[in-house]
This record gives sequence, structure tokens and C-alpha cells, in this order.
Amino acid sequence: MTAGDAAADTNALEVDLRHRAGAFSLDVAFRARGPLTALFGPSGSGKTTVVNLIAGLLRPDEGRIAVGGRVLVDTARGVFVPAHRRRIGYVFQDARLFPHLSVRANLAYGRWFAPRAERSADLAAIVELLGIGRLLDRRPQGLSGGERQRVAIGRALLASPAVLLMDEPLASLDEARKAEILPYIERLRDGMRVPIVHVSHSVAEVARLATDVVVLKEGRVTAAGPAATVFRHADALDGAERDEAGTVIDASVAAHDERFGMSVLRCRAGEVCVPRIDAAPGDPVRLRIRSRDVMIATERPRGISALNIFPGVVADIGAGQGTAVDVMLDCGGDPVAARITRQSLAGLGLTRGMPVFAIVKSVALDGGGEFAPAPIRA
Amino acid sequence: MAEFLGLGPQEWTAVRLSVWVALWATAGSLPFGVAVALVLARGRFWGKSLLNGVVHLPLVMPPVVTGYLLLITFGRRGPLGQLLEPLGIVFSFRWTGAALACAIMGFPLMVRAIRLSIEAVDRRLEQAASTLGAGRFWVFATVTLPLITPGIIAGMILCFAKAMGEFGATITFVSNIPGETQTLPSAIYSFIQVPGGDASALRLTAISIAISLAALMASEWLAGHAARRVTAA
Repeated sequence: MTAGDAAADTNALEVDLRHRAGAFSLDVAFRARGPLTALFGPSGSGKTTVVNLIAGLLRPDEGRIAVGGRVLVDTARGVFVPAHRRRIGYVFQDARLFPHLSVRANLAYGRWFAPRAERSADLAAIVELLGIGRLLDRRPQGLSGGERQRVAIGRALLASPAVLLMDEPLASLDEARKAEILPYIERLRDGMRVPIVHVSHSVAEVARLATDVVVLKEGRVTAAGPAATVFRHADALDGAERDEAGTVIDASVAAHDERFGMSVLRCRAGEVCVPRIDAAPGDPVRLRIRSRDVMIATERPRGISALNIFPGVVADIGAGQGTAVDVMLDCGGDPVAARITRQSLAGLGLTRGMPVFAIVKSVALDGGGEFAPAPIRA
Repeated sequence: MAEFLGLGPQEWTAVRLSVWVALWATAGSLPFGVAVALVLARGRFWGKSLLNGVVHLPLVMPPVVTGYLLLITFGRRGPLGQLLEPLGIVFSFRWTGAALACAIMGFPLMVRAIRLSIEAVDRRLEQAASTLGAGRFWVFATVTLPLITPGIIAGMILCFAKAMGEFGATITFVSNIPGETQTLPSAIYSFIQVPGGDASALRLTAISIAISLAALMASEWLAGHAARRVTAA
């Protein structure tokens, strides 16, 4: 264990809960170390119940919650710290700004209640980070959805929380507003020392933001781990979301080709051509490749429109469901997953360790903004 | 002021006394009104509908019954009247008694207005406040109270207006003593009884109508204002 791991562990969130509400039963256990753990699952999977339990808005039937070793709930020992003493920031889906207070007073609200010694959050820095300086003297009623959500995030952060919970803060926003907020959440993840638990049902959002993922389904944890690995197998996903399965690769911007409006990224698998992205050469970016967008060839193809061809070896062949299987490839150390039919699997005679080529169309790496490679700020 | 409105000394005294009594009735019932409205809006307990009924009783009971009940409870020989007299608190045939009668008659109106505004408060805002570190008291003081202030003001206005016009319970409990318990309605009643009192009665009636109308309009405006403010942003 390195020093970094130990430091991260001091503010780890430990959750082990059993809770019943009507016909719905929840039984979850996970650890979140951050920087950003996504709580992922379809609606009705119990995500919001879990964050409400962590925040103290609900009392669990049974279980334990601790943040950085501080026990907030332990039913066995009769411990239940009320919500206002937990020091857990909560960004609600519906912002919930106080309508009778100005933006400035909304931001100052949590700070006022924070113990003097723990007021680590800096107003000026957070206002700057979230770009809400212009809004300070306005009233919440006059703000757009995206602005409200940014103020709500600032308000939660200024209470100097030990953990920041975000319950689908983007769900009520349209695509343009989402695109407006995503970079701020990324800055938060990379710039603040507060571990974030981000609830979402969108694979694209999770793949872009999360460092770790906990997948929930019908009140149970079905998968958990680093974001790069959890989404490789479609089994962790449900229905329409299964099409979103894929891998996340860390890359950096190598160059831009203004002639064709393309950017070249460099990763361990090789060079990747994507539609022009907004990042400077050398900037680290995160690239998500959906399994269904990847083809496999046993020989290097020629005369093909796809710009990205990565040599690699077959690392694993998934059990799959129905006619499709997920084949995991190791391309120079970067994971790439391909969804192919059983027929192709048999036709190509793929086996573990076999050298192959992964083929990805560049246009598949755009997908309308949300899937585009996203810059990471160190 | 009195000359400007063309009022005689007895009329002016009645108007002044009425305002004085109504102010005390409103101020005195305010803490109880907020507390009872909170309990009725938020509480879950056995006997809630009974409490609700008791609070609203003065609204539907004949005022003379309320006045008589006050007389036998708070009168000089009444159990509470005897208990309070050594403490220097006397209600019977004093303006304080008029204020008490008016407070009780206006109480249901006040509670109703405040209760409605409490029920309109988005409780998710209170949850948000608690996650930001505010305990129950501070949630109430910094979120709930500011949001229901227009409702409280509306309730106070209604209570004040009702107190200005209260007649039956007051006259039964504390009689009709000029300068002590003769409020505006009692004065109108007295002027009607004597020959040549019509002009005075009419002047007081006009004042009464003006005050009632202003109170209702202010209350309506504040209720609308409240509804706009308590919706979550």
C-alpha cells in the first residue's frame, strides 16, 4: 500500500445496509474511496435510497455507515448520527435552493453551521471553480437549471463536507445544460479533496466522470470496482444500457488535424483518431469505446474507412447472452472490448491469446458530445 | 385625527380602544397560533381532530356562548379568574377581558392561515437545510419561519380584523363600559339604542367597513405572495 492509498482510505466511505420500504428491499455493502464513485443502476434500483440513508434522511433497519473511520450509523450499537451532524454534502436532483435567500446567502448557509475548525472550504475558490461569481446577488428563481445546480454544488461544498453526495444532479437538465455542468463536476473531481458519490443511470455520464463504479440492481450490488473494468462486461448492465457497455481508456492529445477537423490521441493501444476535441496537445483525456462499435479482424485490414486499427491479443471471451458475446482484447496494455456474434466468434476461431486487430470507426468516438473524449484536469 | 374624521369623544374613545384591544388580542394569540398551527400541520397524534375541532369551535359556536363560557371560567368567581387574581391578572369587566374574548374569537382564523402556509412549505427544503448542518431549531428559524412569514402576517391581519369587529363574546364577558370595554361594535350598538345616535353609528360603521376591507385585501395579497415564495427553486 502506498502513502496515497493510505491517505485516500482515511476518508473512505463504508456502507453496509439492509433496509425495507414497502415491497422494496435493499441489501448493499460497498466502500467508496473516491475521487468519484458512481452509484449506477436503472431507476428503482435503490440508488436514491442509498444516498438518503448515507445523508441521514432515512434510518436503516439494519447496518453500518462510516466515513473515514467515523461511525455515522451502527444499528448493532444503537448509533445514529442525525443528518445535521454528519457533515455530508448532498446535491439533490432538484437543486433545492432556498427561495427566500440570495445566491450568496444560499452559498453561505452551510458554512455558517460548519464548526469553525472545519471550515476548510474557500468561498472565493469554489465560486471561481463553479463559475458562479456573476450570480451571487441574484435570487434562485431567476437562475437557469444549470446555474441552480452549480449553486447547489457550491452550497454543499462550502459546508466543508467529508463526502459529497450527488443524486443525479444532471437528470433534470437538457443535453445542453448537461454539457455545461459536466466540466465543472470534472474540475471538482480533480481539484477538490472531497470524495464524491455520484448517483447516475447514464453509462455515458458514469464513464466520463467515475473513477470507481458500484452497480446497483433491485437493491443489490451486482458489480463494483474501478470504472475502467466494471463496464467491460455487458452482464453488469441492463436492457438498453447493455448497448452502452465498453471500456474507458486514458489517453493524451497528440495533435490536431485542422484540415479534416480531427484530433489524434495517444494511448497504449496506439494512436486514435477522433473528431476534433477541445483540449490542448499534451492534455490527458478519457476515451470511452463502446463494445458494439468495435470490430475484430484476424489480419490487418486494408482499404477500410475505419481510421483506428489496434493490434492486440484476445484476453478473454465472455459468456455472453443470446447471440452476442463480449470479447476482451488487450491492445498494448489498454483494454478494448468488442461485441460480436457467436457466429463470428466461431467463424474466426477466436481463442484466448490469439493475436487480432481491433477496428473502431472514428465517428463512433463522438456520439454527440456526451461520448466525446473528455479532458481531465490534473 | 378625531376632528379630522369628525368623531365625538365617545366615538373616538371606542375606536382607539378597539385598536388597542385588537392589537393585544393579535399579539397575545400569535405564539399560540404558530404553535397550534405547527402541531396541526405537522403533528401525528391521537386526538388531533379533536384539537382541530376545539380550535375552530369559536368560529361556529354562537359568540354569546363563548362569552358566557369565558365569564364562568375567567370571571371573578370562575376557577381561573380566582387563580389569576392574586397575580394581578384580572379579566372581568376590564379591557384585558375584551382582548381575551377577541383573541379567542380570532384564534381559528389565525391558525387556519398559518397552518395553510406551513402545509405549503416544501419539506425538501428543510431536508436540504439539515444536510447543510442545521438542527431542528435552526431549520425552523432559518427556513420554515421565513417561508411562512407571509402566512403569519395574513393570519395576524385576519385575527386583528375579527378582533376589531367582535361583539357577542365581548359584550357577554366584559359588558359595554365606555372607556374600558366599549369597543367599536359595542359603541355602534349603544348609539343605535339612543335617539339621535344614528349619525355616530353611521360614522363608526364606515370606519368599521374600511378597516375590514383593508384587512381582507392585505391578507389576500400576502397569501398570493406567500404561494410564490414557498415553491422550491
